[in-house]
Amino acid sequence: MRAGAYDVVIVGAGIVGAACAWACASEGLRVAVIEADIIGGGATGAGMGHLVVMDDSKAQFALTRYSRSLWQQLVTELPGDVEYESCGTIWVAADQEEMEAVRQKKEFYETRGVPAEMLDAKALRMAEPNLREGLAGGLRVPGDAVIYAPCAARFFIERAQSRGAELYLPRVVTGITAEGVRLNDGTVIAAHRVVNAAGTWSPMLTPGIEVKKRKGHLVITERYAGFVKHQLVELGYLKSAHSMTTESVAFNVQPRRTGQMLIGSSRQFDMEGKGVDANILRRMLGRAAEFLPGVNRLSAIRSWTGFRAATPDKLPLIGPWPGHENLFLATGHEGLGITTSLGTAKLLVDQLLRRTSEIPIAPYLPSRVPESVHA
Amino acid sequence: MNNSRRSFDVLVVGAGPAGIAAACCAAQAGVRVGIVDNNARPGGQIWRGETQDSNVADAADWLRKLASSRAEILAPMEVFAQPEAGRLTATSSDGVCELGYKKLILCTGARERFLPFPGWTLPNVMGAGGLQAVVKSGMDIAGKKVILAGSGPLLLAVGAHLRAHGADVRTIAEQAPWSRLIRFGMALASRGRKISQALQLKKRLSRIAFRAGCWVVAAEGDGKVESVTLRTVHKTWREPCDYLACGFHLVPNTELASLLGCELRGGFVRTDEFQQSSVSGIYCAGEPTGIGGLELSIAEGQIAGFAAAGQRERAQEYFGEQKSQRRFSMALERAFMLRDELRPLASAETIVCRCEDVKFGRLREQSSWRAAKLQTRCGMGPCQGRICGPAVEFLFGWKAESARPPIFPVAVESLAATACAE
Amino acid sequence: MPKAFSVTVNGAQVDATEDMTALAAILLSGTTTLRRSVSGEQRGALCGMGVCFECRVTINGEHHCRSCQIRCAQEMDIRTDE
Ligand SMILES: Cc1cc2nc3c(=O)[nH]c(=O)nc-3n(C[C@H](O)[C@H](O)[C@H](O)COP(=O)(O)OP(=O)(O)OC[C@H]3O[C@@H](n4cnc5c(N)ncnc54)[C@H](O)[C@@H]3O)c2cc1C
Ligand SMILES: Cc1cc2nc3c(=O)[nH]c(=O)nc-3n(C[C@H](O)[C@H](O)[C@H](O)COP(=O)(O)OP(=O)(O)OC[C@H]3O[C@@H](n4cnc5c(N)ncnc54)[C@H](O)[C@@H]3O)c2cc1C
Ligand code: FES
Repeated sequence: MRAGAYDVVIVGAGIVGAACAWACASEGLRVAVIEADIIGGGATGAGMGHLVVMDDSKAQFALTRYSRSLWQQLVTELPGDVEYESCGTIWVAADQEEMEAVRQKKEFYETRGVPAEMLDAKALRMAEPNLREGLAGGLRVPGDAVIYAPCAARFFIERAQSRGAELYLPRVVTGITAEGVRLNDGTVIAAHRVVNAAGTWSPMLTPGIEVKKRKGHLVITERYAGFVKHQLVELGYLKSAHSMTTESVAFNVQPRRTGQMLIGSSRQFDMEGKGVDANILRRMLGRAAEFLPGVNRLSAIRSWTGFRAATPDKLPLIGPWPGHENLFLATGHEGLGITTSLGTAKLLVDQLLRRTSEIPIAPYLPSRVPESVHA
Repeated sequence: MNNSRRSFDVLVVGAGPAGIAAACCAAQAGVRVGIVDNNARPGGQIWRGETQDSNVADAADWLRKLASSRAEILAPMEVFAQPEAGRLTATSSDGVCELGYKKLILCTGARERFLPFPGWTLPNVMGAGGLQAVVKSGMDIAGKKVILAGSGPLLLAVGAHLRAHGADVRTIAEQAPWSRLIRFGMALASRGRKISQALQLKKRLSRIAFRAGCWVVAAEGDGKVESVTLRTVHKTWREPCDYLACGFHLVPNTELASLLGCELRGGFVRTDEFQQSSVSGIYCAGEPTGIGGLELSIAEGQIAGFAAAGQRERAQEYFGEQKSQRRFSMALERAFMLRDELRPLASAETIVCRCEDVKFGRLREQSSWRAAKLQTRCGMGPCQGRICGPAVEFLFGWKAESARPPIFPVAVESLAATACAE
Repeated sequence: MPKAFSVTVNGAQVDATEDMTALAAILLSGTTTLRRSVSGEQRGALCGMGVCFECRVTINGEHHCRSCQIRCAQEMDIRTDE
């Protein structure tokens, strides 16, 4: 059996697939989205929803900055349940050495048009009285924000549908062929182009892509409005995100619109099981309490885990997959896919329509030869 | 925070009738036994507030047995996680306690099932067992107008209890029709003890209007409940009240069993005849294995206690009782099945998830429990779906997913303390 | 007889004993609304057994305490609707 022919079939209705669907449908393309489970049920439902500019590499900076500006343009259209909060980020420096890094970071951001503000020890405590005493200071990036990603993914899908896109759910893609995709019930959905946006599952459909699972833990608290006001991240976070060792934790706390707090973060390679690891929880929560001692007495209501789709150079894979004329990738977003979903969608559409993008595409093309990683 | 550590040959979680019986039997067998409960004193739901001097004979007997046994009572203490096999963590008033065990007996009991209807979130609308518990713990109900509604034998027990405390119990509305109750009554007739209990209850309930085939459709009031709308297939009317006590029979507390990987069947923990679950060395007794009432809980507790302590022959002595009480449990389930008319009671505006204030209208649009959780936050609050989960299962047929630590909210530092084993 | 003492509920003294829960003391004080729900509704206790979390109040400064599970103690300070 063959279903109607589409211009593009997108595999996966996580936030990346959903954003791509909306962008494609907005260009007048006939779009189908195929989702094995529920909208946003993968990494999108497990993540923190921090919309953040990051400078781990120049390319990462370019994509996150571009994406964040796209989010900012969208703010007034976002429905309430997306819970967009422009709380900003504070990168917290523990000591003078980290303050030096803060100064460099500020310069890097500001010379590239991203406002950032130095906080000395006193200003940091004024901004976040629950941080412990004795911290050196920090960098406030006011344009960063927080959202609730599963509802954002649903909103993107609704927008795509209002422009004619069709959602197949729950349907599992079992193979990508020259004609389109094959589903588990034997249906073939014909399409000129296929976009693999299946996150950590993407290598199962496209063998050879270098995407590995990187497990993360999160804990959410009861409501304590105002306990923290910004997303707080230790400057050492980059070291953690960066390290390729099997296990790391970092202080990363997010205020939700509800008054709850999300406490992260951890990174583990080579873990398949979804189970909550008591030792990681202990280290992660312990790290949070080193910075925010008062967090210890707050009530934790749930914990969960999720998997990031990690690539060797920590940059996503966006664009044609070499050797397969009809196949495009939008995957490998590691810990930033919620932020970069919108930028990814723009770049992907530009590739599909053979247009030049607003930012250089080369670092994200699946055909790239990975360069040195640091900025 | 003080962290302490204890180890037992047999650890019992829950000190209701099942847990007390289990702990007493295991202790009798001579092994080192601990029994944990999140209430300050043993007794569980039915024996809440009873003491060794109680005039409720069963309660006094078992509480005395427990007190004179060598089982160590750990209360109040709430088990919230299992960081590794053989070790549970619990919160107590002064920190986290680690509880090591060789054999574990889960006797976590049941809670009431609540169904949403307009007005059910008003103050003074409580569970039937809920109102009883509050009265047992010191609230004055004398002279208050109470309407009991919902389903299950608990309504009668609570009605009698509240009346004994001076409440003006107006009506007991049982949703199950007379036809089913009569069949159930006949099943009871074959057992002397249950029938004499029923007769005693009847006496204590004289002059209270007991209506079968009658259910609540709404509660009204400004700031608290002031009246209740009741319905039968023939008519709908309103009655004034100070309290509406409303529960739709019981659902088992299986969160801990799920967390430990015990297999559930039809929502209950599956066990063999020695009450051992699918996880070797973990036993389960009382309501989590099937809603069966006091006698079954005690029988199962005895079996589990002896079996966990390695005395299988002595455990077998209670097989007869266990079997006959299980038949009663099945009759109970048939008699108090929920009627379909209860499903459409909630309107689009009725709150279903009371922690996150998720309305029925939004839930109706979802495709599964997971989608509902993700899109509406239903079940994501501090009760972790204990209240809305069974309601949503009845309304939409969605089943809750597996449990994750902590199974009760705990201080961040307690959650962090779950792994200091090294 | 259990020892009698008093606790404060929203600033008012209420006679209590060690056998009483904080919830019973609150209800005896005449207060029926224990908390505001996330959308601002008035809420009271539901289950009486520690599973519904509707009876959350502030006890001795600590938020989100289940009043049905906590026994009264001397000088206990209970606040509802916070
Ligand atoms: C703990 C943690 C914290 C994070 N914090 C942040 C943060 O603060 N900020 C940020 O920007 N990012 C964050 N991330 C990263 C972010 O969550 C992900 O990068 C992003 O959600 C990826 O979206 P996706 O659509 O690519 O993947 P997913 O959301 O995983 O979606 C993939 C979809 O494909 C479907 N699928 C898979 N196989 C098939 C098939 N064969 N057929 C049909 N459908 C299929 C799946 O069911 C799934 O729904 C975090 C991630 C984790 C794990
Ligand atoms: C609210 C309520 C009121 C009831 N009132 C009556 C009545 O008046 N008359 C009657 O005949 N039957 C009553 N029943 C039914 C009665 O409870 C059962 O018939 C039976 O006696 C249950 O025994 P049990 O030992 O299985 O469970 P329970 O008596 O429920 O005991 C389980 C115990 O385990 C504790 N517990 C659970 N999880 C944890 C944890 N993680 N950590 C620590 N402790 C934990 C609970 O707090 C509880 O004390 C009532 C049931 C409920 C839910
Ligand atoms: S009344 Fe339900 S937790 Fe206290």
